[in-house]
Amino acid sequence: MSRLAALAQPPDRGGPAQPLLSVSGLRKRYAIRGGLFGPRRHVHAVDGVSFYVAKGETLGVVGESGCGKSTTARLIARLVAADAGELVFDGEAVAESGGLALREYRRVLQMVFQDSFASLNPRMTVLDAVAYGPTVHGLSRAAARDRAANLLGRVGLGPALFASRRPHELSGGQRQRVNIARALAFEPRLLVLDEAVSALDKSVQAQVLNLLQALKAEHGLTYLFISHDLHVVRYLADRVLVMYLGIVVELGPVEALFAAPRHPYTQALLAATTAGDPARRREHAPLGGDPPDPVDIPNGCRFHDRCPHAEPVCSAQRPAWREAAAGHWVECHLGDPASSHSQV
Amino acid sequence: MLLLRRLGRNPVALFAAALLALVVGAALFAPWLAPADPYKASMLRRLAPIGTAGFLLGTDELGRDMVSRLMYGGRLSLLMGALPVLFAFVIGTAIGLVAGYVGGFVNSAVMRVLDVFYAFPSVLLAVAVSGALGPGMSNSLIALTLVFVPQVVRVAESVTTQVRRLDYVDAARMSGAGTASILRVHVLGNVIGPVFVYATGLVSVSMILASGLSFLGLGVKPPEPEWGLMLNTLRSAIYINPWVAALPGAMIFVTSMAFNLLADGVRSAMEIRR
Repeated sequence: MSRLAALAQPPDRGGPAQPLLSVSGLRKRYAIRGGLFGPRRHVHAVDGVSFYVAKGETLGVVGESGCGKSTTARLIARLVAADAGELVFDGEAVAESGGLALREYRRVLQMVFQDSFASLNPRMTVLDAVAYGPTVHGLSRAAARDRAANLLGRVGLGPALFASRRPHELSGGQRQRVNIARALAFEPRLLVLDEAVSALDKSVQAQVLNLLQALKAEHGLTYLFISHDLHVVRYLADRVLVMYLGIVVELGPVEALFAAPRHPYTQALLAATTAGDPARRREHAPLGGDPPDPVDIPNGCRFHDRCPHAEPVCSAQRPAWREAAAGHWVECHLGDPASSHSQV
Repeated sequence: MLLLRRLGRNPVALFAAALLALVVGAALFAPWLAPADPYKASMLRRLAPIGTAGFLLGTDELGRDMVSRLMYGGRLSLLMGALPVLFAFVIGTAIGLVAGYVGGFVNSAVMRVLDVFYAFPSVLLAVAVSGALGPGMSNSLIALTLVFVPQVVRVAESVTTQVRRLDYVDAARMSGAGTASILRVHVLGNVIGPVFVYATGLVSVSMILASGLSFLGLGVKPPEPEWGLMLNTLRSAIYINPWVAALPGAMIFVTSMAFNLLADGVRSAMEIRR
């Protein structure tokens, strides 16, 4: 009956040092049809991604569109079946059978999607949408509605005014608040925010970000925050993970990564953000060309054909994943004393 | 509620609804409203013209009162219009929902099989199935249901495929709910509206096909009054008394037109989301 209530304060199994979620070797490719007699080809959406999310932190994931950010989120949520890879949630392997059951895993891990309209059932009132999850997990209808009303109030939508509204009667920011409340109704430990504020106006975005910060502290949440907006990630994240063409190219503490990016791709991404200071405006485009076709992945370093520092070794050999500074990891020949790349 | 209010603002739909209410009411209350016995024949007053005293719309080739026969005929004709569509709506939505939600191989298998039925013109399919099963009302009901199921499945499947991709279905999967519950609560509710509107439009087609089957002698048997059958038996009188002979056809035309206009009205009244 009140399995959910009993789990309201989830056990912190491994202590603070144990990562809340660790992901290793996550891989997903999609087959595409190459005509009746053409060769079977694949899009490598996520091509071997490993990282962990520490308890209580916000891990930002950045990269241009098509780099596999959203697929990674869906793989983690098990909305898409992975080809390979392992998920360990607070020390327990996530599996179909044995270990952490999928149903329970999806309760402690919740997700907020980019499209605030598409992620709400148009026929359900806001209150019912938030209350639906807890009832699935065995809470009585009345208790679930109570909890939903509380959460709606907490995200700034007074239940007296908003509870009986339907999604099309709300603004984008209000809908995204509902989605946050819906996710929180499960009492999750990890919230995956997949471009959750990207579709909102700047002013509304700021309000929602502040709300997310406050909720994180109140509920002891951990965030996996996926965005293409570097300003937002810098504001919210503790550590940042940079993805390019289905792999992780750089991972480091937010200040170190923004102050001294190691990977040429990260450097280009940062240079592409608006400077905000006319004295620092740039005269030439930081990055030429389009991202390569994820069907034909370049050999060696995946970034070499767009990289200003490319040398023969870059197209011949994939760089090693190494720790350039404390907690700051990068996959690049540049700055790797073990590689034959010229060093600056 | 909102739907009805919006429908009320559409004069064409309102007119169609009033017309349908009239036809359905006349058919429903035929035993009390009909001025004469629809089966009572008289060789003396055969093919009386429209306006004959006591027989407002004349009499048919056996001298039976046309007003009464048209009222009684509406019972069978409307039933043959509505029932196959209702059956097809229930069966087709179920199949389309599952095929669209499961997707992949199951979807292809179901849809390709239905394409075989879809490849035949509906009249031909109805006549062929009805002919194979033999004449009779229940057999023509089965034949017509079979004609409409593939069409309903197509619409239900395509709407389901769109809904399935929406994030709220993913959010529901994240909630840990079972597939049956997701289908019922989150998918069906958002699929049934467009399918219902499509099905309303099929009622008129069903009426016409049912009349066609009766006309060919595959549906209702004489002396039962049914518009299609009446059209057939009055056919021989078309040179003697063309206006009376055309009456059942006019009823079919007006009723199916009213159904179509009402379906159009419901369709536009439902376009509120977003």
